[in-house]
Amino acid sequence: MLEILGRRTISGLAYLGEISILSVQTLGLSLKPPWKGKNLLAEMVNVGLLSLPVVIITGAFTGMVLAVQSYYVLHKMTLETGIGGLVDLSLARELGPVLTALMLAGRVGAAMTAQLGTMKVTEQIDALQSLAVNPVQYLVVPRFLACLILLPILTVYTVFIGMLGGYIASVKMMGINATFYLSIAVGKVAPHDILNGLIKALFFGMIIGIIACYKGLTAKGGAEGVGRATTGSVVTSCILILVADFFITLALKIVNI
Amino acid sequence: MITIRNLTKSFGPNRVLDDLSMVVPEGQTTVVIGRSGCGKSVLLKHIMGILKPDSGEILIDGRDITKLKASELNQERKRFGMLFQGGALFDSLTVGENVGFSLQEHTNLSEGEIKEIVREKLELVGLRDVEDLRPAELSGGMKKRVALARAMAMDPEIVLYDEPTTGVDPIMADIINDLILSLQERLKVTSLIVTHDMQSAYKIADRIAMLYKGQIVEIGSREEIRNTANPIVRQFIAGASQGPINEN
Ligand SMILES: Nc1ncnc2c1ncn2[C@@H]1O[C@H](COP(=O)(O)OP(=O)(O)OP(=O)(O)O)[C@@H](O)[C@H]1O
Ligand SMILES: [Mg+2]
Repeated sequence: MLEILGRRTISGLAYLGEISILSVQTLGLSLKPPWKGKNLLAEMVNVGLLSLPVVIITGAFTGMVLAVQSYYVLHKMTLETGIGGLVDLSLARELGPVLTALMLAGRVGAAMTAQLGTMKVTEQIDALQSLAVNPVQYLVVPRFLACLILLPILTVYTVFIGMLGGYIASVKMMGINATFYLSIAVGKVAPHDILNGLIKALFFGMIIGIIACYKGLTAKGGAEGVGRATTGSVVTSCILILVADFFITLALKIVNI
Repeated sequence: MITIRNLTKSFGPNRVLDDLSMVVPEGQTTVVIGRSGCGKSVLLKHIMGILKPDSGEILIDGRDITKLKASELNQERKRFGMLFQGGALFDSLTVGENVGFSLQEHTNLSEGEIKEIVREKLELVGLRDVEDLRPAELSGGMKKRVALARAMAMDPEIVLYDEPTTGVDPIMADIINDLILSLQERLKVTSLIVTHDMQSAYKIADRIAMLYKGQIVEIGSREEIRNTANPIVRQFIAGASQGPINEN
């Protein structure tokens, strides 16, 4: 029993260590030329296009649900004119970045892991090394950067579409006065709230990129192994995103953002 | 020259290479034979620095590549070409991009110059007008030949071949044998070839080594191997089911 626990701890630590090493290597290489502009662009198009429909649907429905849900609560206290502020703040600070990240972990992270995992089990990663090319530089860096850059951008989309959804649900469905709604909603979201959401998105982007690539590069055992790596990638990313969200929120609270 | 000393590698409890030592002389063709699963591919991957040994050293012209930093190792790798057993072509790139990959990455040649070299290397392995195909559109034997062209692209000094003639028809196998021979004669390439194909081994080898239970149990010229007294080697080249090799 103790032995199993010990072995689990050691393998868990080794796992954390490997992820840290990959993160450090990736960050180091991201800052250093030569940059593979072509690869980065290809990945960004990939990530962006894959995610846009998902992001639009997530944003719209989250905004609407949030509005309807808040209406019932606030209505009881006759505070329903505050809906706009509540919806927009929740979206900008919390739900926008988190939901975008969770969706991307499923959509983009899974695709990256599957692709790199397939390359790993068919010896394409070995071949890359034999051709004197560093797989981290060639494969991981562009994917990591694409996630890092696009997650804040996509978060802005989600938040914006969510706000629109919230407005439509409140004004068109719940019959809240449009001028009222806007007067409160627009004033409530300050630049530091947007910044808060963007900082979160940046970290979530890093998590998705690193975990997806790590799981892909360490896949083993044929098609089944790639499947296992892909599931593992999504689950790990999602959990890390939620855990990180808590700590980042706490940290940002301390520095008052 | 490649000198391997006391190389040991285990995967979990499975000891694949066990204190293996051998020398691959410069400008010659050394063929490694051995049963399926005995560790031939693992041996080649160690020489490329893709796998790290548990212990032992691999000296390339006197430098131990197992102790190099990543950047130094990549510098060393540019002198090598490796043909992988399954081809290992990049399936997101076209055939032309695969063959020209290292030229694109490591040289300042123009697109046109790279195209020309790619065409020439593909011709060397008997392929024409396949540049724009994807690896998925090729037959198994064609993949192997494209992979061979890719390994040759940078005119390497040392070439490692993992079963170059497996999966291609006998005529193409002989063309590949001739190609390996001519590279060795014209460019004095050092070759290390893993194969099961004894006919090919007898045709191209300067020296033949037999890998068995993680060690080189016999190494010698074609004639020495053909007439060896070692019962393990005799059984293997005769392809007999009865003899000292009896585990599956
Ligand atoms: N990455 C790895 N992880 C774990 N075990 C491995 C790995 N690579 C190889 N092995 C094991 O090492 C042994 C030797 O494998 P290797 O691929 O070198 O065989 P081989 O001699 O090339 O066989 P074949 O002629 O069939 O290609 C096998 O038992 C294999 O299971
Ligand atoms: Mg093999």
